[in-house]
Amino acid sequence: MNSDAGKKILIAGNPNVGKSVIFNDLTGSYATVSNYPGTSVEVSRGKGKIGSDEYDIIDTPGMYSLIPITEEERVSQKIILTEKADVLIHVIDAKNLERMLPFTFQLLEAGLPVILVLNIMDEAEKLGMKIDIPRLESELKIPVIPTVSVTGRGMDLLRGVIINYSADKDKFFLRYDKVIEEKIATMEALSKTEYMISKRAAAILLLQKDTGISALAKKKEPDFEKMASLADETAEASLHSVNYMLNMKRYQAAADIEEKVLSHAREEKVGFAETLSRLMMNPLTGIPILMVVLYFGFYKFIGGFGAGVLVDFLENTVFTGYVNPYVTKIVEGIVPWVSIQQLFVGEYGIITLGIRYAVAIILPIVGTFFIVFAVIEDTGYLPRLAMLIDRVFKQIGLSGRAVIPMVLGLGCKTMATMVTRTLSTNRERIMATLLLALAVPCAAQLGVILTLFKDNLSGFLIWAAIIFMIFLLVGFIGAKILPGEKPVFFMEVPPLRLPKLSNIIVKTYTRMVWYFVEVLPLFILASVLIWIGQITGVFDLLVGALVHPVRLLDLPDRTAVAFFFGFFRRDYGAAGLYELNTHGLLNGNQLLVASVVMTVFLPCIAQLIMNIKERGWKTGVGISVFILFFSFGSGLVLSAILKVTGVHL
Amino acid sequence: MTSNKAEEILESLWVKLEEKKIPSASFEIMGLKKDEEAVKEIVSSGFAEIRNSTLVFTDKGRKLGRDVVRRHRLAERLLEDVLDVKGRLANEKACEFEHLLHAGIDDRICTLLGHPKLCPHGHDIPPGKCCAREKKELKLISPLSSLESGQSGKIAYIHTRDSAKMQKMMAIGVVPGMKIKMLQNFPSCLFKLGNSQFAVDESMAKDIFVRIGGEEGAE
Repeated sequence: MNSDAGKKILIAGNPNVGKSVIFNDLTGSYATVSNYPGTSVEVSRGKGKIGSDEYDIIDTPGMYSLIPITEEERVSQKIILTEKADVLIHVIDAKNLERMLPFTFQLLEAGLPVILVLNIMDEAEKLGMKIDIPRLESELKIPVIPTVSVTGRGMDLLRGVIINYSADKDKFFLRYDKVIEEKIATMEALSKTEYMISKRAAAILLLQKDTGISALAKKKEPDFEKMASLADETAEASLHSVNYMLNMKRYQAAADIEEKVLSHAREEKVGFAETLSRLMMNPLTGIPILMVVLYFGFYKFIGGFGAGVLVDFLENTVFTGYVNPYVTKIVEGIVPWVSIQQLFVGEYGIITLGIRYAVAIILPIVGTFFIVFAVIEDTGYLPRLAMLIDRVFKQIGLSGRAVIPMVLGLGCKTMATMVTRTLSTNRERIMATLLLALAVPCAAQLGVILTLFKDNLSGFLIWAAIIFMIFLLVGFIGAKILPGEKPVFFMEVPPLRLPKLSNIIVKTYTRMVWYFVEVLPLFILASVLIWIGQITGVFDLLVGALVHPVRLLDLPDRTAVAFFFGFFRRDYGAAGLYELNTHGLLNGNQLLVASVVMTVFLPCIAQLIMNIKERGWKTGVGISVFILFFSFGSGLVLSAILKVTGVHL
Repeated sequence: MTSNKAEEILESLWVKLEEKKIPSASFEIMGLKKDEEAVKEIVSSGFAEIRNSTLVFTDKGRKLGRDVVRRHRLAERLLEDVLDVKGRLANEKACEFEHLLHAGIDDRICTLLGHPKLCPHGHDIPPGKCCAREKKELKLISPLSSLESGQSGKIAYIHTRDSAKMQKMMAIGVVPGMKIKMLQNFPSCLFKLGNSQFAVDESMAKDIFVRIGGEEGAE
């Protein structure tokens, strides 16, 4: 055990207790930190030097108990069941001992080398709670460290304990009711193999018919059949489910311990944060607050500042004024062949088009979005919005929880599709993936569209209304068609917290880098392919083919080029529209039709890959095909309506 | 007045014929003899008839059988949730109680308990007249969804047969005995559990039954 190489630390615990902050502190890297349950949907791995040893450190998505409910919890369980850890840091919210200790018991039961971290101590202290740490340590017989991970308080203490950690044999032991204990003993006797967790814990999980452990046991246990039927028998025989009996005992024990170690100084007062929190969730005040957030955060900051001021500066001053002429001059100076010059600085050149689109149009918009989103995330506004909107979302087959991927989708839908993992039913995940792919414009699209309609507010409002109607309509019909159980909404609502500037900066920066690395190669690839296409004539052929549907939509032929870009990325396509519009090629009606089609156009390649990864290739590809036809279809309908009614925008 | 033994036969007959849908109840299945006192009583009072050595309900008998089942299961809920009597003792006492809860008393208990739908064993409690005209009366135990904001109490039981839902609730700490306080009940339910707040929809909130009272919160 004490070999210096490859020591491993696992971090586990309930959602939104600060696991990722501790991970970041120990490794010096950055896993995203926010103020809502379910920020981490993937396992983060890093290395950190503690004392003289280097450790592999693994941060797991939050889970409420050792038995998973959602997909990201399943990931965490798998890590706990399969990775051999030298230390397991169980992070809990110091305010909620009674609610979170039962999970500690499960980890101890599993024979894991647990260090208990009581995080967010500052909030507990604010509530007047006093926790007798030595007493808690002697009750549980494991090290207990109080911390405030965001300020770094207690982290050195934690490091010290990690360095000197030696697994104590004599640990807290929880004995269940006699009936249950007998079943556990029988199950243990049937088990012939070793697990990463103790036989007792494995037996208990098997009795609860947990799918994760059952999958392992099925492979390894010679008597698996017998074990499975024992679990069935137990389930049938007991009045209450095994689950219920185990949990009742755990919660009782947790309450007993809490009573011994916790002294309450004073009653909780309703502070400003709590008052504001309630206002956010009361429809009468919550909807106006949402409007204010949308207006200032999205319309003013992203639309006005990001898509207006920044894009204008980068596009007109930096690129058109300096970069393009300068680079063109250099390239023309070095490279004598016109066709090679075209690759870099031509109409569709890597620098004059690909990089310019990415840097001057997409990046400032996405960047400002990520700033706004980070602030929203870190305050804890999203769970409140989820609570406010749940009833509406139920109509379109989603629960309030889906508000998080939807809002994130306004930034980047690839990221958002990943977050749909936190939704608890497959039906809901499919609905969310479809709606994200179809009717949620990403920041880049949204920003470009905002600038397209800069002097045309009514056009913008009509565009917004159409997209919103498509969102509701497809959601409503989808909810009617898709089989499966209705979503159930439950979500922890964390306290409102003041965002930390450093976290916002680091998070925005990390996301922008991620995004940029994601889009830039595609933009360059698009330039290269178009260049090859132009030389070989394929480009003209494809654009020529696209001209037909474009004419059906009553759009000028050159829009075909923008739609061609759209096949690479929708935001790239939208940027193409931006270009057309600056040359005054689109009238009001055409602008509206083109914007609507481009908004609901094909998901970008990254999102398509993510859809396939998360939902399987059938659903992933199916969604894209549906969307391709749907987008042109809705454009046709819209342009017909405009023609018939004779509206001119 | 029907004897206890007769009531018990009708109860068990109702469970077998109406709930478990056994096609016919022979004396053998019922564990009875034709010439038993209670059987004679049932037949002579017009609760059941004997056809080909099986007992067949009359309308009157079916109604009484259902009634006894309802009383038994209500008694179990009362014993478990309010009087805190658990397990086998609860079952025995419920057998005695069921004969006492006559004429309207069962409806009062039902109202007091917040019109529970399942007995502690997960069987349906046949609804009574009171359940149909359920009003916002003073209740001892009430689903979380009908608590007013500011009301608090302790979780009495969770009533769901959906084990995944049960699991979810137990994992977040919705377990009997936990203190809970309603903070807001529209558009979704917001409650405080321990020192955390949770938002749930109505479908979940109506499965959580709360024994109202105890200390009121600070507000």
